[in-house]
Amino acid sequence: MDFGFWLFQTLNALQLSMLLFLLSVGLTVIFGLMHFVNLAHGALYAVGAYVAATVAGTVGYWAGLITAPLVVAELGLLLYWLLIRRMRQSGPMAQVLVTFGLIFVLLDLTRIVWGDIALGIEVPQALAGRIEIGGVTYPVYRLFIIALGAAIFAALALVLARTQIGAMIRAGVDNDKMAACLGINVERLFLAVFCVGCGLAGLAGAVAAPILSVTPDMGLQILIPTLIVVVIGGLGSLWGAMAGSLIFGFVQTFGAVLLPGLASVLIYALLAAVLILRPAGMFPARG
Amino acid sequence: MLELSDVDSGYGETQVLHGMTLTAQPGRVLAILGRNGAGKTTTLKTVMGLLPLRRGAIRFAGAPLDRRPYHIARFGIGYVPETRDIFPSLSVHENLMLAARVARKGTWTLERVIDLFPRLGERLENGGTQLSGGEQQMLAIARALMMNPRLLILDEPTEGLAPIIVKLIHDKLAELRSAGMSMVLVEQNFGFATSLADDVAVVSRGRVVWSGSPAEIRADADLQHRWLGV
Repeated sequence: MDFGFWLFQTLNALQLSMLLFLLSVGLTVIFGLMHFVNLAHGALYAVGAYVAATVAGTVGYWAGLITAPLVVAELGLLLYWLLIRRMRQSGPMAQVLVTFGLIFVLLDLTRIVWGDIALGIEVPQALAGRIEIGGVTYPVYRLFIIALGAAIFAALALVLARTQIGAMIRAGVDNDKMAACLGINVERLFLAVFCVGCGLAGLAGAVAAPILSVTPDMGLQILIPTLIVVVIGGLGSLWGAMAGSLIFGFVQTFGAVLLPGLASVLIYALLAAVLILRPAGMFPARG
Repeated sequence: MLELSDVDSGYGETQVLHGMTLTAQPGRVLAILGRNGAGKTTTLKTVMGLLPLRRGAIRFAGAPLDRRPYHIARFGIGYVPETRDIFPSLSVHENLMLAARVARKGTWTLERVIDLFPRLGERLENGGTQLSGGEQQMLAIARALMMNPRLLILDEPTEGLAPIIVKLIHDKLAELRSAGMSMVLVEQNFGFATSLADDVAVVSRGRVVWSGSPAEIRADADLQHRWLGV
């Protein structure tokens, strides 16, 4: 186990982390701001992957990467008007049941539209192949995922910390009633954040499509890791989503190569430890 | 300025206000007094649209008041809640500028609220939770003023504060009063409230049981004992 091994696994871990970050950031901020549990978030990721695969097959990869988040954000808007708006006051149990049901609705819809056979996307020419860094050859596309995740994180952190809309979102997460008493239309703010969160789930799907096969149940498979990330990181917090994603990515990747026998238990043990020691997660939005 | 007529309201199944009727006059300070649980905070929360209006009507500046809190705020009611509700994730400066975002046209600016509370000027970059209780109260009042409200409603601004801070808050509110700011003040501190108020309403079991002037209630020990337990 030389330096090359560690670097290779570190890059693998980062790539998994960034994919999870794109998914969990939407879920966690929607929860933090709206106190709404959207289990269908994973299904939106699957829809994003399918849209990207379809557009990539006809127009090209980059068109797919741009279209997928937009289409999924629109889908989020539709879900909001049809379902979520009515369920804002109905408590977590009803929300979990309805959005859990929504997973299967969306799963069957993707199956009806796109069929059961796994789709693939060609990596675009500019991101194809491998390059050598630090003595290991690594796929360029996976480095692109790492860079994209980091860039999205930096952009969100900047907006949240430095802009007025960022201050409004933080105020809404802190105390939505008081925010409303200062003239903020919190519900409209929620809707905007919800659409951005859904769009990021769609982006995650589009980004993942070339390295995973696009299947109807891909959203279901990613849901549990995403929920673990959100719980470990702390609900409602951008930094928590990043920290949780990194922890999950590294534990999962290094667990699989160093402790293969324990790999599948490791992350759940960590989850249990976090729930016992810091029930609000590592970086909860509310202090 | 603000008229409540025959208002019923409460939390969930529990009704707290039973036919609350009161009027706050423009350019005057109305103090709402009463024991714990009489319905003072509930009255303010109902005005702000944070609790549902089950019966009756609330009118502000001659028109029925919209029930959505963000409309009520934009319409010109500045709210200083009992729990102060400073946003912990925001700096003092951000707390103030958030309120200025949709502020009505008026004379309150960042400079002017810092003139009023110089302490806040020294702590602009501090986080909302790094402030002492007194500073949080100053920030809550300053934040409400940043909206250029036509009416300021304050819920127990002296609660839990040291006497010297209570005196400071008193003097600042007196300044606002002489500048003609309309206010509704809910208070447990009898001396504080009656020295600031132009009108007094005493509340018990969710309705007004007495109204009059501060001088009258200060002179009437019987009344104080019966409704306030003073």
